[in-house]
Amino acid sequence: MNKSQTKINDFVYGFKKGTPILLGYIPVAFTFGLMAVGGGLHPLMAVFISLTNLTSAGQFAGTNLIIQGAGYLEIALTTFVINIRYMLMSLSLSQKIDPKITLWQCLVFGFGITDETFSVASMEKGRLSYFYMLGLIAGPIFGWSFGTALGAFTSSALPESLSNAMGIALFAMFIAIIVPPAKKSRPVLMIVLISVAINLALKYIPLFSFISSGFAIIISTVLGAGIGAAIWPIKEENPVLKEE
Amino acid sequence: MPYALIAALLMALVTYLPRVLPIAVFRKEIKSTYIKSFLRYVPYAVLGALTFPDIFSSTNNYGTAICGTVVALILAYMEKSLFIVALGAILTVYVTGLFL
Repeated sequence: MNKSQTKINDFVYGFKKGTPILLGYIPVAFTFGLMAVGGGLHPLMAVFISLTNLTSAGQFAGTNLIIQGAGYLEIALTTFVINIRYMLMSLSLSQKIDPKITLWQCLVFGFGITDETFSVASMEKGRLSYFYMLGLIAGPIFGWSFGTALGAFTSSALPESLSNAMGIALFAMFIAIIVPPAKKSRPVLMIVLISVAINLALKYIPLFSFISSGFAIIISTVLGAGIGAAIWPIKEENPVLKEE
Repeated sequence: MPYALIAALLMALVTYLPRVLPIAVFRKEIKSTYIKSFLRYVPYAVLGALTFPDIFSSTNNYGTAICGTVVALILAYMEKSLFIVALGAILTVYVTGLFL
């Protein structure tokens, strides 16, 4: 098989893997569009935020602060704290990508690392090629912006009962990602439960009320994954590149 | 530049940097089993904490949110796609919202 054919195959395979993410993003992004325009932003601004941020929780929180008229520092800091988890994902992917990938290529596909694309990429067997990553992120980038535009431009026509119902979309998507592996792996299930328990403790025990929700997520993540890695270390790796 | 545009660009910057810095700067292979395991477990831990308990206050009604959560858990357990799980949860919240 020649080189350009491999690139096209990798891209197409990645794009197929990204299609369920594309579809899952549309209702969630739709909710974002509704929320942003409902708060007084221009519909095009909502789409601009989705195109440039391409993130769920951080962008919801940051946009809420814009709507409230918060200062730049608070907006940047809150968004950053919620997004620190991407550093862990990026570090994890750095161990899995094809060693031939250049710095510039990292700067390009790195833009498309999200909870969902990361989960799909990290569950692939073998090394990840640049064109696989491009294919994987292309659909989700489109779905996120397109869904936002749909929500932003139709918000006034939508009944409140429906827009309330769409608030659950983001979280349902997270559930769709964590439940299947938790079903198959007891350590994964335990780690999710530990992380959630810590998050609940930080949120509801008055002693910890000084910890903001963004920091609570980070502490829960580091402790959950840290405790899990100590009790259930993963010994086997899948170094073999799987040809599809 | 208007306020919202500057804020949106700042958000984009602090979202982009954590995504690319580690992968661009750190290319050596990690040998430690502990760190490798830790990194493998991060997505599950972070998504769990992002979801619970916030999902219960996501619809302005605890009753409908609990119903939607249960349906999402069942559909995800059956390994349905992101889209089906999200749609199932939204429809459940909408329909139960007519009664609750």
